[in-house]
Amino acid sequence: MNDNRCDNGQRPGKTIRVLAAKPGLDGHDRGIKVICYALRDAGMEVIYTGLRQTPEQIVQAALQEDVDVIAMSVLSGAHDYLFPRVMELLKQAGATDILVIGGGIIPEQDIPALKAAGIKGIFGPGTSTHDIVRFIEKNVSRA
Amino acid sequence: MYDADKLKQIATASKAWVDKTQDLISKRPERRQAFETLSGLPLERVYTPLDQYDASYLDDLGFPGTYPYTRGVQPTMYRGRFWTMRQYAGFASAEESNKRYKYLLGQGQTGLSVAFDLPTQIGYDSDHPLATGEVGKVGVAIDSLEDMEALFDGIPLDRVSTSMTINAPAAVVLAMYIETAAKQQVPAAKLKGTIQNDILKEYAARGTYIFPPGPSMRIITDIFAFCSENVPSWNTISISGYHIREAGSTAVQELAFTLANGIAYVDAAVKAGLEVDAFAPRLSFFFNAHMDFFEEIAKFRAARRLWARIMKDRFGAKKPKSMMLRFHTQTAGCTLTAQQPQNNVMRVTLQALSAVLGGTQSLHTNSMDEAFSLPSEQAVQIALRTQQVIAHESGVTDTVDPLGGSFFVESLTDEIEHRAQAYLDRIDELGGAVAAVEQGFIQKEIQESAYAYQRSVETGDRIVVGLNRFEQEQAPPANLLRVDPAVRNAQVARLKRLKKQRDNNRVAAALKDLKACAQTTDNVMPAMLAAVRSYATLGEICDTLRAVFGEYRAVSTL
Repeated sequence: MNDNRCDNGQRPGKTIRVLAAKPGLDGHDRGIKVICYALRDAGMEVIYTGLRQTPEQIVQAALQEDVDVIAMSVLSGAHDYLFPRVMELLKQAGATDILVIGGGIIPEQDIPALKAAGIKGIFGPGTSTHDIVRFIEKNVSRA
Repeated sequence: MYDADKLKQIATASKAWVDKTQDLISKRPERRQAFETLSGLPLERVYTPLDQYDASYLDDLGFPGTYPYTRGVQPTMYRGRFWTMRQYAGFASAEESNKRYKYLLGQGQTGLSVAFDLPTQIGYDSDHPLATGEVGKVGVAIDSLEDMEALFDGIPLDRVSTSMTINAPAAVVLAMYIETAAKQQVPAAKLKGTIQNDILKEYAARGTYIFPPGPSMRIITDIFAFCSENVPSWNTISISGYHIREAGSTAVQELAFTLANGIAYVDAAVKAGLEVDAFAPRLSFFFNAHMDFFEEIAKFRAARRLWARIMKDRFGAKKPKSMMLRFHTQTAGCTLTAQQPQNNVMRVTLQALSAVLGGTQSLHTNSMDEAFSLPSEQAVQIALRTQQVIAHESGVTDTVDPLGGSFFVESLTDEIEHRAQAYLDRIDELGGAVAAVEQGFIQKEIQESAYAYQRSVETGDRIVVGLNRFEQEQAPPANLLRVDPAVRNAQVARLKRLKKQRDNNRVAAALKDLKACAQTTDNVMPAMLAAVRSYATLGEICDTLRAVFGEYRAVSTL
């Protein structure tokens, strides 16, 4: 936890903590599990929620675990409801400094609304895990 | 298959050829130091009779339609009849999906395959809070018998075969199908089709579980018993490797974990007192057709041989039909790229061809736009046409098992069989498939293979055209299918009306009977049929069972 790693200009002495989450009823967890492995290999601490999390459970876990990042994955098409709902609850909890990113089967035309809701990055099929690691390192504000 | 003298001559000639080739390679190296299949099986430069010296034609291959069925389950295969062309479809409301089914049947599709939305698959009605955002998204929303009647309106259930991807609530949905048929005056004995009903791979790879393993296995054996007497032409389970592979497993893991699950179902049914030959002929399988062409063909052939031996030697099956592994195939969704999506048509073609050369009984070909959303009607049509071109134009259907006897394909078939058997032995040591899932063994094996694959793509060791080589900027496709969010409101309104109009005393009594039955060891199906007939909703029925059986909690593997 307190290694002196200093990646991409991050403050030394603190490891980035990520909550990897599966909101909704979708059972496709290949993508999120691969992300978990890749973020750990990049030196981050990753907590995986497992399947079928409500937005309330995700926000509660994020606060409890004091994470810097929430990475959500939905392949069922329910991102249009679930992602903005998580953002709404984070706002209510005053935790808007947590970096939130999302991935899955997300049509291009849905992305502007998700970004407007506060999701900083949306990553579709074929994304390299390196790109996600770099995005987190560049945009995380709490670490 | 060759006598000793001939083999000796071949060995001598082979050595000379290898030496000469090594000289050549020292000047002009091959593309790689070592070659291997997508799943990591080592590949030789060339295969010869030396690789098959100990093969026994009659014991290992036999003839099509004869044990161990390596060459196919029917004597004439596609010379008699093509595979069933069955596109997985369903979205939004029952009425909307009914239209898509009629369109597909009109285009020459020969069987239906129903996709249900996630709330239906997990036993929630459309008005449940957890259903918010999910209603009608990945499949059709079915809340009660009323929705099922609308889904098959105008489709004669004595003339189509219907496959339904439903697992934890399979008994409820099967009951709905039987009651819908009854309203069309079609008796249960005439129904043809499949319920997926494979809970073990839900725990391992797909995620739509409800109840813990014990009661889930009990419902499954109840369905086996009920159908063997009342719905004899129904495939009571589709033991699925598809989702295990999509979750990231290798071909060998897909095969091994699927057969391990199959063994667990047969074990459970035998323990429940069923005669193996009474239910085993109705077991069916479902595999993935992935990108490595020969590996997939070998996998399908090895699957048939392994299962035949398991049923005969391990379970003492006597009927040939109990030993035949019949399977559905779907091309690999995870190989579809969002980059240059037209390329997916070629991927699907190769995968579909491997399924046909592997002897599949039915086939779903993915649509090129599925890395973006549910498929559009036009994309589905191209996918179906791909099957029709293979069937009617390519000529590969006119000879049974045309690759049988290929030194390479036979060697690969043997190799996959041996490696899958090693996994089966390991799973037996762990206490069987249920124990292996409860210990997280299967899940860990799959996720580690998934990450290894991802890394091989990211290092550039594995080339995916359009993704990490030959890239090109392209606008995403237009005309994607979108599910109207108003579907949920319509379903909720329909539920409200149903609950007002139905005989609620009858519903309450039927649910009480179902609960009482679930608490005993009696077969749940008769009480299930009565509950469905009373227009109890899927959510009400599943909640009744949740109260008795409890809910499954997944083990953490990360």
